[in-house]
Amino acid sequence: MSTTTDWAADFDILDPRYILDPASIWSQLRGVCPVAQTTRYGRTWMPVEYEVIAKIAHDVEHFSSRDIAVITPNRELDPTATIMLEAPPITSDPPVHTWARRLLLPAFGPSAIDAVTPVTRDVANGLIDGVIERGEADAASDYAQHVPVRVIAQMLGVPLDDEETFTRWAVVILQEGLTNINHAIGSVMELITYFGERAAERRAVPPGERPADLLTLLVEAEVDGEPLTDRHVIGSCFLLLLAGIDTTWSAIGSSLWHLAANPEDQARLRAEPELMTTAVEEFLRFYSPVTMARYVPEDIDFEGCPMRKGDKVLMTFPAGNRDPKMFEDADKFVIDRARNRHFAFGSGIHRCLGSNLARMELRVALEEWLRRVPTFELADPDAVVWTGGQVRGPRRLPVRW
Amino acid sequence: MAVMRVHVDQEKCQGHNRCVVLAPSLFHVDDLGTAWVIGDGRVPPGQEADARLAVDNCPEYAITITDD
Ligand code: HEM
Ligand code: SF4
Repeated sequence: MSTTTDWAADFDILDPRYILDPASIWSQLRGVCPVAQTTRYGRTWMPVEYEVIAKIAHDVEHFSSRDIAVITPNRELDPTATIMLEAPPITSDPPVHTWARRLLLPAFGPSAIDAVTPVTRDVANGLIDGVIERGEADAASDYAQHVPVRVIAQMLGVPLDDEETFTRWAVVILQEGLTNINHAIGSVMELITYFGERAAERRAVPPGERPADLLTLLVEAEVDGEPLTDRHVIGSCFLLLLAGIDTTWSAIGSSLWHLAANPEDQARLRAEPELMTTAVEEFLRFYSPVTMARYVPEDIDFEGCPMRKGDKVLMTFPAGNRDPKMFEDADKFVIDRARNRHFAFGSGIHRCLGSNLARMELRVALEEWLRRVPTFELADPDAVVWTGGQVRGPRRLPVRW
Repeated sequence: MAVMRVHVDQEKCQGHNRCVVLAPSLFHVDDLGTAWVIGDGRVPPGQEADARLAVDNCPEYAITITDD
């Protein structure tokens, strides 16, 4: 892989410099080229301004969700290649998107999420019990990583014993899959078999005796009087399991990284816990973990860019969240920022279905950590490892107290 | 005296739920995540700042304020 020297014409989101400090690259681009491009991994455009990204997110006619991976291996060779299996509603456009999403919305609304808050608190405390006496921990791999997977496994109704398998799938499919498709395909096949079996088991339980979880919701759902296809059920399980794992793990990890590296913010949040509401939104804005993509179905000239059928456009929500036209002191972390129209959870019809859940998990994970762990700091700043691409966050985060 | 009122455009609202967190006595969301004003949207005295915060934090520009 050659090193990027021209970020406007040849950007590379897997460049270690982009993974470590994307914000300085976005700000460099904003002045010269608000929509960067590259032909690495097939032709791809990267907008860095909030308004442009919001406009694309709302224009579902010209920007399709059929391929939302930021990199699709082999796309240069085979323009129809996709990495994801069909995972409604995230890979759907209207009209399928509308009903596939509607069916799931109530299970992720505020009252459903209130019901899993105590579960989340227990998960967080169980993890803290395991490290508190040690005086040190890897806040990413001992803590952040486990919170979302344990909560969603319970909501889906799949055994917690399979946690390691779920996490491995998330890493192999969503992270390593960007560069190693063969490896990812093996995990996708495993996952299809796994959820096919879980769905069949659930159908075998007589109606009325089935537990109230997402798996039951999916196997009982009907659209126009017909049950969902197996393909749809498996695709939605895949999405619900994986969409929340490394995303929320990254959000919790980045927030703990920030508090460890910025003792004044840590002290302030401890002294003024009522700041948690604005702090959570600022963590989400400043360390937005998720970049999505859209597929260009027909040639279009957009913001002066000649986009062609088959091109990809990155939904650089994290870049929009640093746009100085939208945010005062955009590159500054302001723990009590009151006006914060960030779109870390996207914008338009694909607004993160799990946003209420993710916010709750982030808040509870931080509250419990701050309540039980005394003032903490980075044990070895050089040992921190960040990952990037579709999802950005720390994967190794040694801290001590 | 002018009365401040909040309005939600349900066509624009995508259920980010920011308004409810910031001004729970002015907004609620239904099961499908769509926000609605509580009552007739009249903002009681003292809650004007919360109403403005909701407007300024809605990523879909779905909330407006009128004075009548
Ligand atoms: C901090 C954590 C999270 C972040 C930053 C995040 C971010 C996002 C973003 C940006 C989108 C928009 C996708 C697009 O425009 O193409 C999205 C969609 C989605 N997210 Fe999340 N997410 C998080 C956690 C979760 C969790 C916990 C779940 C739980 C199941 C989840 C489930 C989904 C689903 C199902 C969609 C697709 C919605 C649709 O297409 O209508 N996410 N997420
Ligand atoms: S903040 Fe805006 S988009 Fe979100 S629920 Fe309220 S009105 Fe709807």
